[in-house]
Amino acid sequence: MKPLDKSHDTPWRNPGLWLALATTAVIGLSPALSGNKAYAREVMFTVLMSVGLASSLNVMLGYTGYVNFGHIVFFGLGGYVSFYLLSVHRLPFYIAVLAGGLSAALLAFLLGKAILRLRGAYFALATIGVNEAARSFVKNFGPFGGPTGMTLKFQVYQAYGGADRALWIAYIVLVVLAVAVILVSFLVKTSRFGLGLMAIRENEDTAEVMGVVAPNAKTWAYVLSAIFPGMIGALFFFKNGNIEPDDAFRLQQSIEIIVMVMLGGQGLVLGPLVGSAVYQRLRGYLLVSPLFKNIQLAVAGVLLLIIILFVPAGLVGWLRRRSSRLRRVLE
Amino acid sequence: MITQSGNGKPILQVKNVSKRFGGLQALSKVTFDLPQGQILGLIGPNGAGKTTLFNAINGIYPPEAGQVILREQDITGWKPYDVARLGLARTHQIVQPLNELTVLQNVMAGACFGHERRSLGQAHEIADQVLDFVGLAGRQDELAVSLNVAQKKRLELARALAARPYLLLLDEVLAGLNPAEIADMIQVVRQIRDQSVTILIIEHVMHALMNVSDRVIVLDYGQQIAEGTPEQVANDPRVIEAYLGDPKMAERLMDRLDEQVED
Repeated sequence: MKPLDKSHDTPWRNPGLWLALATTAVIGLSPALSGNKAYAREVMFTVLMSVGLASSLNVMLGYTGYVNFGHIVFFGLGGYVSFYLLSVHRLPFYIAVLAGGLSAALLAFLLGKAILRLRGAYFALATIGVNEAARSFVKNFGPFGGPTGMTLKFQVYQAYGGADRALWIAYIVLVVLAVAVILVSFLVKTSRFGLGLMAIRENEDTAEVMGVVAPNAKTWAYVLSAIFPGMIGALFFFKNGNIEPDDAFRLQQSIEIIVMVMLGGQGLVLGPLVGSAVYQRLRGYLLVSPLFKNIQLAVAGVLLLIIILFVPAGLVGWLRRRSSRLRRVLE
Repeated sequence: MITQSGNGKPILQVKNVSKRFGGLQALSKVTFDLPQGQILGLIGPNGAGKTTLFNAINGIYPPEAGQVILREQDITGWKPYDVARLGLARTHQIVQPLNELTVLQNVMAGACFGHERRSLGQAHEIADQVLDFVGLAGRQDELAVSLNVAQKKRLELARALAARPYLLLLDEVLAGLNPAEIADMIQVVRQIRDQSVTILIIEHVMHALMNVSDRVIVLDYGQQIAEGTPEQVANDPRVIEAYLGDPKMAERLMDRLDEQVED
């Protein structure tokens, strides 16, 4: 039984990769088979968005071991930049989405140089500060509509064959992105770069003594984990039709993403995928339940507490520990 | 100054290196050359500055004064990863395994990020060889955290060796091992030297150090109080005094040395 040792030779033959990709694809294609396609699409949009956000956060949180409470900043910034390009400059949708991802990556690069030298709780606190600073900045930034944000004119959707078709386009791009996130997450994990990140997670000082250039590795991990939320933010707010500072930079959403990663299993490719699917199903149930609808975030908090106390490896991590055969499939 | 034996230029030169922690002078003007292919032992009572010297050499903290020259490059004040990439690897007095990674991944990381910067595929081959060499081949898929102390020491050594260093710093690789394990480990260290790796070794297991080292430096309160061959150092009155003034020390050390020679 050699679960890890040969994966770098033949990543394409690793069953764990195919399981994760297939799961994502099945979630993505399920609205096509549903009776109420538009409704199923909206539900799965939320799930896939979470998959993308959680999997990209996993590169920092799970592989590198840096707790980031500001992941949603990249989502918000990407959303704002692309929304601005779409609504004010009338740039094509795909270019706006790409710009959303690149602007988030650029922010991560600059932030990385500044706050990635902090470790542990100090880094986590700094990321909260970044989130609040970004929201305050956007609230006072005229071109982005200040505190009231921006709204898409209906004509923008016309260019894509009407609102309904535009929503389907946004959804299909999201499916592609979710598959890409899973693929990148897997390739990073089985690469030399990923080994360096995991060495940093286990012991940053020792990693540096071994020759891992930790400042660079961390910065690139941060950049990589920022690109996807940037693009997903662009899709979400394009679908939404309007964007406001408090929607774009919501701290509690960052926390929910952390819960999803921890729930499924940090540091595993499949972990955030399972975690976000389970969490979103649970959340959907809680939101319509008369008993829990007002305290669904409290439930998330309790859930996080229970995971950390009793199943720190998460659902997938727990399963992997049960049997070595599962370990080969659940990457 | 150490006379150079055998093959050529010193691989490491330490010149007047000083380091102070607050009111404590941890190192004062430590100076020595380490020729290629030699094993240089570093001894001294607890708190003498041995590990501090290692840290000053590999860049954990820069010395306040003096120079460190590795492979003819002035590495004073370099970051640890830059020093590693120039061909230095080290082990730690308190083992530092990457706990939640497998034994194999630990050693592969050594090969991937050392000065040869191997690809994962090549690193895997090197790791196989090195794990075999240190006797951990059967445990490659276990998590490092599950190893016992002696195995963790071997892992630490394997990870450093996988980097294929020019210069290896060994910080108490024998501490905490039983006599049989110590004998094994000494064999391993000798074999490493035979592969023309230069070694700087800190050791408290005195007889082991004395019979594995070509030369020995003695530190006390950050001062270099003696240096020379193991015999010279063991008979140096200042060394004997530094070690609790134990007059039997030299005798005991020489006994051990004789035993080893007879082996």
